[in-house]
Amino acid sequence: MSVMLETKNLGISFGGLKAVDGLSLSIEKGQLYGLIGPNGAGKTTAFNLLTGVYKPTMGNFFLDGEKLTGMSTIEINKKGVARTFQNIRLFKQMSVLDNVKVGLHNNFEYTAAEGIFRLPRHAKVEKQMNEKAIELLDVFGLAGEKDRLSSNLPYGKQRKLEIARALATSPKLLLLDEPAAGMNPQETQELMDTIRFVRDHFDMTILLIEHDMKLVAGICEEVTVLNFGTVLAQGETSSVLQNPEVVKAYLGD
Amino acid sequence: MKTLNTMNKTSKNNFITYGIVLAIFIFCAVYIETDMATFLFKGLMVPICVNVILAVSLNLTVGILGELSLGHAGFMCVGAFAGSFFSMMTQETLTSVWIRFPLAFIIGGLSAAFIGLLVGIPVLRLRGDYLAIVTLAFCEIIKNIMNNLYIAKDINGLHFAIGVGAYNEIEFDAASKQVLINGAMGITGTPNDSNYFWGFALIFITLIVILNLVNSRTGRAIMSIRDNRIAAESVGINITKHKLIAFVISAFFAGVAGVLYSHNLSSVIATKFDYNYSILVLVFVVLGGIGSMRGSVIAAIILTALPEFLRDIGNLSDYRMLIYAILLIAMMLINNNDYLHQMTQGVLGKFRLGKKSKKNEQEGVS
Ligand SMILES: Nc1ncnc2c1ncn2[C@@H]1O[C@H](COP(=O)(O)OP(=O)(O)OP(=O)(O)O)[C@@H](O)[C@H]1O
Ligand SMILES: [Mg+2]
Repeated sequence: MSVMLETKNLGISFGGLKAVDGLSLSIEKGQLYGLIGPNGAGKTTAFNLLTGVYKPTMGNFFLDGEKLTGMSTIEINKKGVARTFQNIRLFKQMSVLDNVKVGLHNNFEYTAAEGIFRLPRHAKVEKQMNEKAIELLDVFGLAGEKDRLSSNLPYGKQRKLEIARALATSPKLLLLDEPAAGMNPQETQELMDTIRFVRDHFDMTILLIEHDMKLVAGICEEVTVLNFGTVLAQGETSSVLQNPEVVKAYLGD
Repeated sequence: MKTLNTMNKTSKNNFITYGIVLAIFIFCAVYIETDMATFLFKGLMVPICVNVILAVSLNLTVGILGELSLGHAGFMCVGAFAGSFFSMMTQETLTSVWIRFPLAFIIGGLSAAFIGLLVGIPVLRLRGDYLAIVTLAFCEIIKNIMNNLYIAKDINGLHFAIGVGAYNEIEFDAASKQVLINGAMGITGTPNDSNYFWGFALIFITLIVILNLVNSRTGRAIMSIRDNRIAAESVGINITKHKLIAFVISAFFAGVAGVLYSHNLSSVIATKFDYNYSILVLVFVVLGGIGSMRGSVIAAIILTALPEFLRDIGNLSDYRMLIYAILLIAMMLINNNDYLHQMTQGVLGKFRLGKKSKKNEQEGVS
């Protein structure tokens, strides 16, 4: 097994606040990995570091052996990291289908001029993009809603659409920021099946942030627990979740 | 099969827009060619076409890209002067209007696009609403430069000067001197090539280019930036590149509109392309519906024609501006009231991509 994501002593401080401080972890190819911790622990900030939204003030991270530290969000996505957001960020005025097609942007090629003058490659590539987008939407049971405005979807489906859009960039590593937030237990159960399916079907490596411990215990093979930006515990999920330090951090004293 | 349906839905919408423009064109052609049209009606044709092209092209920046531009008249100004200059220089050598005029459009459009690129490159890389301020200033600067630009030719070639002082110092060969651009007096003697035929042809070209762009891979990338820049970056969309594409194409067609405008008048002065003109075009875009090209066409036609026709209606002429203002308010209410909007949507058959939502980009990303 090879390592897909490795972070070495990764960190960032905002002014005096060390939001992430010395995060080191290693995720195997094809692994489902959890990043957990109380509110404000620095989980989302870690995602922002891994996607180039923030530049780390210390440490490095590597994807599939390649150092990505310092690259822009766009470059990092092209290298193979895609994400979803804790506060859903869809293209609200665009259809469900078009949201996924924006995700497919860099995997298909025709120029602006070919689009404007409707040259042959436009129709050909658009057809391929539509087929690919519908295939992805199908995984999340959204193909039937492809023409709806994305902002008109119910909350749970918006979260799924964000995952579909991220997958459309054909990443090596998928980062999910609280994918089950706002879902009821039944939706969460379905989501767990979908995440497993995505991992198996697309051969994906997945790192996810989640507060729902049932989900984490159910699908994550390993977890890292963050607390005040530092690693509190790390390792195989069930043993970490029983760690008294972790329980204490979650109870908040 | 389902795929076909979506494609048909957008293309159907676009064809309705083309159909409306074609119907208006046929009506005008019949009306004018059968000599039923009044002098006023005929005189309004080119200004209406100019404003339609301006509105549709500005809507690409405002509605599709989601950036506010307050300098559309500045790009129009560049196009007008570049196009007129070209036509005056080549009037004797290129006698065929069918060659000279299209070339003037291309030159006017490309000049405006080039200036658009120069303005856009530094500004569109910044995050935040700087474009409005910069385009506003740019429009004033262009106006002032053109207001003080002198170009004349004599046997020794072309002479350029900025400011009347510098101009007076040039020693001309008096016999062969010909003034092309005369400072605040503008440019006089552009061949009057514009007519409604060229105007409608250009409206079609503008609509086809912009609607095709919007419904393409590039167009989706542009709209994704408008809807959520951070998410667009996260899926690898090159923000600056796509902003520039939209802004430069928008400037190109403003330049084309400028050429159409300047070839309709015996003389063109720079002060016409001021802030007020830019705002007028923005009013067409907002009232027609941000993001709706069809709305821009309709709003530009109505709001250009109406004040002129009201002037003509006997005792109503005293209330001309009042009626105009009431109409503006009514259109605004219709556009911003969901209930009224739904009612009129059926009647006018307008489509809109939806209202532009307030940007809510927080400092942090979560
Ligand atoms: N851009 C920023 N500037 C200043 N402080 C920031 C910034 N982004 C995050 N922080 C701070 O970093 C800390 C970690 O925030 P982060 O959003 O990563 O927490 P989290 O673990 O995702 O929490 P939650 O579970 O509530 O989503 C917080 O104290 C937050 O206020
Ligand atoms: Mg968070």
